[in-house]
Amino acid sequence: MDVWSGLALGFGNALTITNLGWALLGCFLGTAIGVLPGIGPALTIALLLPITFQVSATGAFILFCGVFYGAMYGGSTTSILLNTPGESGSIITALEGAKMAKNGRAGPALVTAAIGSFVAGTVGTLGISFIGPVVVELALKLGPAEYFSLMVLCFATVSAVLGGSALRGLASLGLGLLIGLVGIDLQTGQPRLTFGVPELLDGIDVVLVAVALFAVGETLYLAWTHVGGKQEVREVGRLMMSKQDLKRSVGPWWRGSLLGFPFGVMPAGGTEMPTMLSYYAERKLVRPEHRHEFGTTGAIEGVAGPEAANNAAAAGVLVPMLTLGLPTSATAAIMLSAFQSYGIQPGPLLFTSQADLVWTLIASLYIANIMLVVLNLPLVGLWARILKIPQPQLYAGILVFATIGTYGISNSVVDLLLLYGIGIIAMFMRRFDFPTAPVVIGMILGPMAEQAMRQALTISQGDWTTFITRPVSLCILLIAVLALAGPRLWGLVVRNRADTAPTA
Amino acid sequence: MDRPKPGAGPDLVVAIFVLLLGMLCLWQAMVIPVTPLYAQVGPKFMPYVVGGLVVAVGIGLVLSALRGGWSHGIEEVEHLPPTNWRALGLLGAGLIANLVLIGSLGFVFAATAQFVLVAAAFGSRHPLRDLGIGIAVSLGAFLAFDKLLGVNIGAGILEGVL
Repeated sequence: MDVWSGLALGFGNALTITNLGWALLGCFLGTAIGVLPGIGPALTIALLLPITFQVSATGAFILFCGVFYGAMYGGSTTSILLNTPGESGSIITALEGAKMAKNGRAGPALVTAAIGSFVAGTVGTLGISFIGPVVVELALKLGPAEYFSLMVLCFATVSAVLGGSALRGLASLGLGLLIGLVGIDLQTGQPRLTFGVPELLDGIDVVLVAVALFAVGETLYLAWTHVGGKQEVREVGRLMMSKQDLKRSVGPWWRGSLLGFPFGVMPAGGTEMPTMLSYYAERKLVRPEHRHEFGTTGAIEGVAGPEAANNAAAAGVLVPMLTLGLPTSATAAIMLSAFQSYGIQPGPLLFTSQADLVWTLIASLYIANIMLVVLNLPLVGLWARILKIPQPQLYAGILVFATIGTYGISNSVVDLLLLYGIGIIAMFMRRFDFPTAPVVIGMILGPMAEQAMRQALTISQGDWTTFITRPVSLCILLIAVLALAGPRLWGLVVRNRADTAPTA
Repeated sequence: MDRPKPGAGPDLVVAIFVLLLGMLCLWQAMVIPVTPLYAQVGPKFMPYVVGGLVVAVGIGLVLSALRGGWSHGIEEVEHLPPTNWRALGLLGAGLIANLVLIGSLGFVFAATAQFVLVAAAFGSRHPLRDLGIGIAVSLGAFLAFDKLLGVNIGAGILEGVL
């Protein structure tokens, strides 16, 4: 099926009243929950996963697309008005956006973030529609050996390339892989790492781990360092951009989007790097008379560019997720497990076996994107009010929903114990600067990598050299090695530049 | 080697924890029974690899901690307020209350108790108001998930009433 007939099919399915309703609900819920400080898209989708018990696959994925884009919009609002980035990609937005808000320019910052997200979402969704099928063509030629090497590359990039330290990233990845091992080995039926606990035979649910990391761990950490007092929510003010604001934003929107998308598509996923690069690029490219605003009163370019890069990269992550079945961000890992709960395995065959679902999903990304830009600006007052929910009741409520997300699946107190146990580990991870995303990615990708490795070795009749004698596999492994060594050098360059930058 | 810098102690504990975690994984890999089933790669291989990786990382972290640790260099940690034992204690009590009550009394009661304790942990001084909000939130959530989505979160003693 070519792109145009695919899109026609998708829009045909998505533009029914029911499905538009799901999209609207998703956008609304996604933004509302994404606005809550500390809650990013991954946790939002994890908490809404129970919906998959009751709703058809198409409806649920349209909803998740809305939630996915919505939670990112919501995150930028929190960064600007509260200076509390909900996920690593919004840190840069918070840097300049919060400064603008402090100087009474919250309105233009919110508008440029919203329109920037729209531009990025459009670029990203167009990218998914046109690049997705191309990647599928290539992916169909890959065997298990290449898949295994691709996953090794993912492991290397998500744990060692991103974040502050390769060692701590690998420790997080190791924890994720370890959690992924728990349960019955699919090939031989042997229980592994279950410690004789029958509840562990089915393995540990990814929702449980996501909720433990992002909700319980975060709440525990906040209690640990709690110092009373109220957080200040900045006033929104006038939601208008001056002509000059608009003129200064257009360039960053496009540059950020075009920079962010390829980063998302590559298995080097993650949004930190493109947002950082976009920030430095905009600082370099800004007209000299505005340069002093960076880091002082807040420069609109520093919100427009990184926010666009963030959203475009997040959209790009859907390409490897849908076409290869490889999740490269925590959010994508959770979406993958949503697919699995419907018995659908994302991968190259998805575009043929579930063409209906894939194209409807892509069409609903376009729809969600338009809905959000229409919905978000008029409702910004409402989002700002959500930000004013006092901390005590907010975190008490988050923990109630954390219980539902885990106990609701299994009705097992063992799962609650696990939730709190992993939550305590997550609290220490937060304190000692271990990244959390590699845990989720490791636990999802680990079993997939093991399966691919075993298949590859079965095909090669136990010959381990299959991974390095197949040229594509060898190339991917070499890139993985490069990814492990290269960033050390690149990190030095960035650090040197960051040293010369005015600190936040 | 000089005396460890302040902050290296906690880092060392964390590093040793990672090391022990890896060793736990290796030990568990060893006790996986071998199957007579044919497989090119048995069920033990991956646990050995993962355990080995975590042990290696753990050793690296121990070395890093002995060289002064890493967490004192993080800006956020440098300005870390002292541990708030009261908040942590109340929050822990909330989690335990939830664990103990959810099986017997059911979700609504357990979640409400947890809600009041967690709100108190974050400095709320209105337990009665929190009780009201807690009941509303957990009852609303229960009804939404149970009736609309068919997710059974455990009615407990309210079984049949709701």
